[in-house]
Amino acid sequence: MSSTTPTTGIPIGKPSGDGKRRRIDPVDAGVRWLDVRLGIAKNGRVFLDKIFPDHWSFLLGEIALYSFVILVLTGIFLSLFYNPSTAEVIYHGAYAPLRGLKVSAAYASSVDISFGVRSGLVIRQMHHWAADVFVGSIAVHMCRIFFTGAFRKPRELNWIVGVTLLMMAIINGFIGYSLPDDLVSGTGIRLAFSFLLSMPLVGSYLAFFIFGGNWPGDGSIIPRFFILHVLVLPLVIIGLIGAHLYLLVRQKHTQFPGKGRTEHNVVGTPFYPGFLAKTTGFLFMIGGVLWALGGLAQINPIWQFGPYQPYQISYAVQPDWYMGWLDGALRIFPSWEFVGFGHTIPFEVFLPTIIFPGITFTIFWLWPFIEAWLTGDRAEHQLLDRPRDRPLRTALGAGALAFYFTLFSASSTDVLANFFQISLNSVLWFFRFAVLVVPIITFFVAWRLCLDIAGTQGAGRRKRANVVVRSAEGEYEAEKSADRPGDGYHELEPTPVPAFIEVSGRPEPVGVGDASGIRRIPRRV
Amino acid sequence: MSGVTTEGDGPTHSPVAAFDDPHLRPYAQHPGRAEAAIGACLFAGVLGFVAYGITYWVGGQTQVEGITLGVGLFGFGFGMAAWGKYLMPKGPFVEERHSIEGTDAEVETLSNAVAERGKAVFHRRGVLGGLLGLGGAAMGVVLAFPVLRSLGPQPKKTLFVTDWKRGAHLVDLNGRRITVNDLEVGGALTVWPQGFVGTSQDQTMLVRASFDDVVTRPGRESWGPQGYLAYSKLCTHAGCPVGLYMEQTQQLLCPCHQSLFDVLGGGTQVFGPAPRPLPQLPLYIDSLGYLRAQAPYDQPVGPGFWERS
Repeated sequence: MSSTTPTTGIPIGKPSGDGKRRRIDPVDAGVRWLDVRLGIAKNGRVFLDKIFPDHWSFLLGEIALYSFVILVLTGIFLSLFYNPSTAEVIYHGAYAPLRGLKVSAAYASSVDISFGVRSGLVIRQMHHWAADVFVGSIAVHMCRIFFTGAFRKPRELNWIVGVTLLMMAIINGFIGYSLPDDLVSGTGIRLAFSFLLSMPLVGSYLAFFIFGGNWPGDGSIIPRFFILHVLVLPLVIIGLIGAHLYLLVRQKHTQFPGKGRTEHNVVGTPFYPGFLAKTTGFLFMIGGVLWALGGLAQINPIWQFGPYQPYQISYAVQPDWYMGWLDGALRIFPSWEFVGFGHTIPFEVFLPTIIFPGITFTIFWLWPFIEAWLTGDRAEHQLLDRPRDRPLRTALGAGALAFYFTLFSASSTDVLANFFQISLNSVLWFFRFAVLVVPIITFFVAWRLCLDIAGTQGAGRRKRANVVVRSAEGEYEAEKSADRPGDGYHELEPTPVPAFIEVSGRPEPVGVGDASGIRRIPRRV
Repeated sequence: MSGVTTEGDGPTHSPVAAFDDPHLRPYAQHPGRAEAAIGACLFAGVLGFVAYGITYWVGGQTQVEGITLGVGLFGFGFGMAAWGKYLMPKGPFVEERHSIEGTDAEVETLSNAVAERGKAVFHRRGVLGGLLGLGGAAMGVVLAFPVLRSLGPQPKKTLFVTDWKRGAHLVDLNGRRITVNDLEVGGALTVWPQGFVGTSQDQTMLVRASFDDVVTRPGRESWGPQGYLAYSKLCTHAGCPVGLYMEQTQQLLCPCHQSLFDVLGGGTQVFGPAPRPLPQLPLYIDSLGYLRAQAPYDQPVGPGFWERS
């Protein structure tokens, strides 16, 4: 605690007239030093007071951001050991069953990270888990944005940035998954080669250029994927995240409707110290969960798969989860190859793997505009929708989710057929119908549910018991029960962030952007 | 929960009004208990860190490393987040949302400036503008050469041919020539033309379906001597190795997307997404008993592509 009275406006730390040095407050001195050079004081307080809404669903984007942080950190560690080369080496490492085998340097170094580097296996698996969580949290975050209408004007640009981030995350996930050059991932890039090959006119050229020749190419795909994975795409993702967060700060958060919340304010926790503590803690929590997964939950055991050989294949080949929808589409799409005019268009590959994701992401990108066009709603929205209040949008979203989830499930036709001991043929035909039927059913169920919930009185409000009291006369009367813990929190009117401790003695809270020069010392009260 | 203490010669205050503001009370109803719990979390974090350090130091063990540092990071983070949630002012706080839009006049000023200056630049400079566009387009095209074209060779006829030539010996992964006695009925083996072991394009599935000659289709009367049938191992769907030979049904299954091919019926697709039969390699048995190719494949192997007719 300081002894100075800052309202005097005398710069602290300067010798005063009598030559005695005033005590220097280190925080004040630091802020001053930076302010002279960066001009932080003018808007710094506004930044500290920046409000973050308190709804749990706002954590989903943070999960994505922090798993990306962990991806970068673990990725840097892995790159210190990984060797992006397809040069053939004889494996001499710690894993006995592979010893003496001819493998690629990429594969050998990946196995060495797992067995020869202390904590290496945990970090390698943590990296893989973080990638799965990264894409997953983006997808769930995107659902939140979609179902609450947060993408509407003025946030269309940020929606587009977010969809692009999802696409980049999927692409970089797939590329990173391929780097160990094991049998399963090698089969994955073999398929990617065929996807490129299926494109009319340019397919074979594109595939040959990217892979350096006919599959498996001249060995350049692994080093090329490596530089894409560790440099190019991370830079793109970091740039997009920067744009995403910049737009978020510039436009401020959306919020759910509630007491004191309007289209013209944001209610929640200020950035410093409340949100900062919570979000930093959350970063470590996510790190802890991912680290524990890396240590306890085996993922991608490449030493069991063995090195990639173009003539080998293993049973039950499934990609990482975020490629499942494409793999499923590829499995159930009918064999509609077009042959004619001296050319072949392998629609059975081209449509599900190139055109279908292309359409998917185009619709995602354009959705804010499509919806505005459908509804004619061109107004700005800062308050979020409850999904039940927009039955049609919610039903459409649920139907789309059901569609992609059915495709994802179709990616395991072989496993399902084996598990239930039924013929692959039946499973395949089941999914061919299911992918059309399930979304339609889901659409109507979701739509009906929305209407029913919206029609229920008091829906979504916190329930409070009615206490029925019988008086001495035998009369019954119902009254609301007392507040439960937490109820009061919601009932307070929001207030501008005040000084946490008023050293000047001015009793009234000081508002945002107050320039009186009063120092506020955050302190636990 | 003491008031503000002030030192020195400043005026002394009683607890200021801000303290009475319910927004500044901690979220927790019992801050003392919350503080103890948070302390326990942070301390668990410290213990986790130390335990991880010890684990690492004594040689490391994946699962123990996972638990110790996992608990350490989570406890540490949970304590921090709980501190932020339960012991800091509960709010709710509000900030105004000022429109970031400019006024109509500001918008017009900007759009006029863009339009006018643009006009000034291009006014009566149509030729230059055209050249600028042309240059941009040309630059885009020629930059695609190094960016894309330099990366790899042109396909030319690569996709149409394999290394199978007339008379080529069938060899296994070790380069050993296959003889007529090598497979029992129901046996299967991946083979290559001699000198090309391990290649992707040439890989061929050799199965023995019978002891007698097998005719898979009219026109292939001599292709399956003594029950030996050879098919390209590249799936015609997406190019995975068609690696599963099912002896009882005489079918080949691709494990990637479950295309199923009929061995006795000339590799025709029975089921699944594959659009074409597996190309069959005509075989013969030479006078020394070696299995050899009568001719190259009569069509491109593997998945479809534009140039294929």
